[in-house]
Amino acid sequence: MLSYIDKIKEISKRLLKEGQVDMVIGFRKGTLPMMNEPHFARSPEAVEHFVWDSNCGINLCNYLTSRTEKIGILAKGCDSRNIVTHIIENKIKRDQIVIIGVPCKGMIDRRKISAMFAGEIGEVIEDDNTITVKGKGFEKTIDKKDVLQQNCALCIHRNPVIHDEMVADAIEEQTDVDRYTDVREIEALSPQEKATYFEKLLEPCIRCYACRNACPLCYCPTCFTDESRPQWVGKGQDLTDVSTFHFLRAYHCAGRCTDCGACERSCPVGINMRVFTKKLEKDCLELFGWEAGLDPDVRPPLDTYKPGDPDDFIK
Amino acid sequence: MEHMGIEPDRLQFSWVSSAESTKFVKVVTEVTQAIKELGPNQNLVKTMPEVA
Ligand code: SF4
Ligand code: SF4
Ligand code: SF4
Repeated sequence: MLSYIDKIKEISKRLLKEGQVDMVIGFRKGTLPMMNEPHFARSPEAVEHFVWDSNCGINLCNYLTSRTEKIGILAKGCDSRNIVTHIIENKIKRDQIVIIGVPCKGMIDRRKISAMFAGEIGEVIEDDNTITVKGKGFEKTIDKKDVLQQNCALCIHRNPVIHDEMVADAIEEQTDVDRYTDVREIEALSPQEKATYFEKLLEPCIRCYACRNACPLCYCPTCFTDESRPQWVGKGQDLTDVSTFHFLRAYHCAGRCTDCGACERSCPVGINMRVFTKKLEKDCLELFGWEAGLDPDVRPPLDTYKPGDPDDFIK
Repeated sequence: MEHMGIEPDRLQFSWVSSAESTKFVKVVTEVTQAIKELGPNQNLVKTMPEVA
């Protein structure tokens, strides 16, 4: 993946020079290790700041919403599916964007890595398959595949589903993954156990809304949780309100979530709120044979009616 | 809903035409019966903080 960067820079520079786009959205190095941040290059010179490694987990599609200029955007498998969703939902026009596809080998989970070391991590160096972590008094090389984000380890759409340019040849997709072991474990619990499980999961939530803000699907000008007239959900730390926020946000992502992991990645207290969106993803797949963001010409199941739609729940 | 920890019988859906009075009565009776068996809802209940 590291070798992509030359091609990324070359394509971005060309697009900017030829005036095909007004800016290219990519990544630059962040101030802390393992925290790359979005970079908006408006000139060929600015392209020099671009980087590409296993810390590019932010979903760049988030920065496309309702933009009017012509944009080049780097897209991993998941970003590309969110871009398709944006096109379906009229949040960006297809002819306005040049999608630079990046075949993705998965992003690393900085929390997993930090948890392995007692001290502060000063530097993280990576090559194709390994990560070397350095800090005061320690240095260790770990296998990249052992520290992938959970959604990346389970990802079955690593190649962009839509693209105008590609920075490398498509890579082999994973086929032997079972995406829903965790969801099934929760499904097997009794209603009371489920309630307790979620309460415990959400207890540390500080309602900072980083998860919502990192998510490309969450583009409402006023989110239901911010509204005060009417106030749909209380704004404090009350567990019922916290759960309501999370359940409702997940419902708003039903049939749209690509399991890109940007929400989980952004949470300052490390809550895996993807357990909610994944359940809905699984339901969409089982009930409607639907996976989000694969084809801009197919309407999603929640805005179409088919006579065969499952309706066993109606008595 | 069920996944959130709401018991399956607590939320029920039915399609009753205005002409189907017998079905309506049947559904209402069944739902009431099921809910009574479940007892009061315990989950996702907000308790107001005590204010002095
Ligand atoms: S979800 Fe898939 S495409 Fe997205 S970052 Fe992870 S491995 Fe890459
Ligand atoms: S809910 Fe999370 S995983 Fe799903 S699209 Fe949004 S940020 Fe990505
Ligand atoms: S990012 Fe984490 S703490 Fe913030 S609102 Fe989301 S779940 Fe809660």
